[in-house]
Amino acid sequence: MKLRGGSAVRLASAKAWLHRGTLVLLFGAAFALMILGKTDSPLIERARISVVDALSPILDGLAKPIASARQLYENAQDFWSLREQNAELKADQERLMQWQTVARQLQAENDALRGLLNLVPEPGATFVTARVVADNGGAFVRTVLVTAGLRDGVRKGSVAMTGEGVVGRVAEVGEHSARVLLLSDINSRIPVTIERTRDQAILAGDNSDNPRLLYLPHGNALAPGDRIVTSTAGGAFPGGLPIGEVIAIEDGVPVVQLFVDWDRLEYLRLVDYKLPGVLQSGAGKLQ
Amino acid sequence: MTLSIFQQLDTWARNLAPFALTMLSLIVGNMPLHLPYFVPLGIGLPMISVYYWAIHRPGLLPAPVVFLVGLIGDLMGAAPLGVGTLLLLLVYAIALSQRRLFFGQPFLVVWWGFMMIAAGAMSLGWILSSIVGGGAMDPKPTIFAYLMTLALYPALGDLFARAQRSFLRSA
Repeated sequence: MKLRGGSAVRLASAKAWLHRGTLVLLFGAAFALMILGKTDSPLIERARISVVDALSPILDGLAKPIASARQLYENAQDFWSLREQNAELKADQERLMQWQTVARQLQAENDALRGLLNLVPEPGATFVTARVVADNGGAFVRTVLVTAGLRDGVRKGSVAMTGEGVVGRVAEVGEHSARVLLLSDINSRIPVTIERTRDQAILAGDNSDNPRLLYLPHGNALAPGDRIVTSTAGGAFPGGLPIGEVIAIEDGVPVVQLFVDWDRLEYLRLVDYKLPGVLQSGAGKLQ
Repeated sequence: MTLSIFQQLDTWARNLAPFALTMLSLIVGNMPLHLPYFVPLGIGLPMISVYYWAIHRPGLLPAPVVFLVGLIGDLMGAAPLGVGTLLLLLVYAIALSQRRLFFGQPFLVVWWGFMMIAAGAMSLGWILSSIVGGGAMDPKPTIFAYLMTLALYPALGDLFARAQRSFLRSA
């Protein structure tokens, strides 16, 4: 009896040791993953892509009823303010008609000047529009998953935009889904131009809604309200896509408010400008 | 008495409930719900699930399963690779080691426990993400996600308790 009790205790403590050993092993594995994640190994990328591809149909299926409920609510709200909206739209239309005339004149002038200069035309861009099915919030990462992938012509490095401006870039692309690294993620660094002064800078995310401008040339005089657009430096973006505007200067570092409305990130346009960007595999290597 | 194959299958399916609910909370936690004042919580919701099951039915959510859920979360982008996995394991290990303290206690005590453990986990997550990201992150989104997760604990805890009562009654 005494012996049996002793062996039971021994068995229990062996179990506890095994349990503790498993935990230690798993903690070690998690640390190893963190280091592996820093190395940008193609293995990790493949694993990410397959998980995202596998989960995107589930996410898509779950997102649909939510999207329709939201649409119903918005329709009801719109219906309520129909009269006001109509008046606003009429005023807008009048204003935009004037702008359209200006734009047509400028387009004609631009074409004529390009003709005079014999400028090499830029390759045409192609785009797909995709629904955002997963948003990883803001605790540690700023990325979204969209329901379009290689099959639909999305490429790694495609520019993700909304009607308001640039949102981010495609970091990984699977067969029918892709992951977009938002401009506010701490890993996002993109070349930008200050529209007024034509100064070049780097727009760096820090996980907050408002990224910062780094590496500005000395003696620049940025002021709140200055518009920030993409720069062609690095070959990642075509120039002049709207990004945001400077809202404040904190400790000498300009803080940028993006044009995109983070709360309404429902659809993204993924544009492939066919540029030899830094993210494309093989770019930068000697052929 | 030996159980028939259907009874065995039934028990087996019921025992999957903790894993299934943790996976579901991971997926729902990363969906864009577009609700006012609500941001997707990334790793917050599965953290609640892991804490709850570690206290109530740890046998049905063993550590390797927690690791697997964390890994899937990291791969789908809920946290930098390895960070989410580590946080879930950490919450699991602490909750499990303090299980006697929380088991059968009033709800407020369990909630308080989650408040403490999640605070530690989220702070560590912020530090690790900053190290991996190569610069100090803005702490505000992390704090916001933490408070949001904390506020959702009662609702989710209640849901899990109901699930436990209906699926795992016999065990």
